[in-house]
Amino acid sequence: MSALARFGKFWYDFIIGDDWRIAFGVVATVAGVFVVAHHGFNAWWLLPVAVALLLAVSVTHELRRHLR
Amino acid sequence: MHSALLVIAAFLACSVEMVEALTIVLAVGVTRGWRSAGWGVAAALGCLALIVAALGPALAHLPIDSLRLVVGTVLLVFGLQWLRKAVLRAGGLKALHDEEAIYEAEVALLRARGERLEHDWYAFTVAFKGVFLEGLEVAFIVVTFGGTQRNVGLAALGAAAALVVVLIVGSVVHAPLTRVPENTLKFGVGVMLTAFGIFWSSEGAGIAWPGGDAALLAVIAFVVVTAFALVAFERRAQGSLEVVQS
Repeated sequence: MSALARFGKFWYDFIIGDDWRIAFGVVATVAGVFVVAHHGFNAWWLLPVAVALLLAVSVTHELRRHLR
Repeated sequence: MHSALLVIAAFLACSVEMVEALTIVLAVGVTRGWRSAGWGVAAALGCLALIVAALGPALAHLPIDSLRLVVGTVLLVFGLQWLRKAVLRAGGLKALHDEEAIYEAEVALLRARGERLEHDWYAFTVAFKGVFLEGLEVAFIVVTFGGTQRNVGLAALGAAAALVVVLIVGSVVHAPLTRVPENTLKFGVGVMLTAFGIFWSSEGAGIAWPGGDAALLAVIAFVVVTAFALVAFERRAQGSLEVVQS
């Protein structure tokens, strides 16, 4: 594998990783928090709750796959 | 009196930022190895030195919230992946030493080919981001605290004292850390990276945390409780299946 391919693979693994839903969900939620905050609503609880849900969904998905 | 207060205020504020950077570097160094983490720290300090030398007092006008938003989001995505793996391992859904087995196999292969071990970009990048962002915040504190009191030198003295204290704490703490079971440590790293990611990206998005920086402790506690609840859920689900099968 060339150095460039290794570098690209590193960034894919770093950003996307094993479960793309986590990366997508985090980026979407942070964007939502940004919009909400800039409309004057201090929703500090939004990201922690979303993170808990994303982790639960990802772990449950893996659990179902394992138990099948 | 004002001078002493300025030094104390700069010392305390900088200590908080430096402890945050130290936590990340220790976590990455202990779990992934010190060589690449050390290069990450050195690269971050080099970049910081260049930026401080080039911008000086203009530092106060850098878009710190945008930096927090980007760095925090990447750290959160990365930290959640780490935490997910740790939760799956703790719940028995993933082998405890799968990554170590892959790593050992890779090292053996490289040795057989006569190649040297690859640079660990994970350790480098995470250590770099932690030190760079926190270091930039320390520079802001020195410039803003010092600037408002018209004495940047005293604020820098407070920051230097904080650096000495935090480095001493780091050197004392790092040895006991290496004796903590590996998966426990990885669990802890996942929790810390996720909590810092939540905290920074929310701040960068424009959120004001109730209680200021102290809210970070509540975020860490929340992430710990969530992770333990998921581990318990996994174990119960697997236990129920075994009962049904027997």
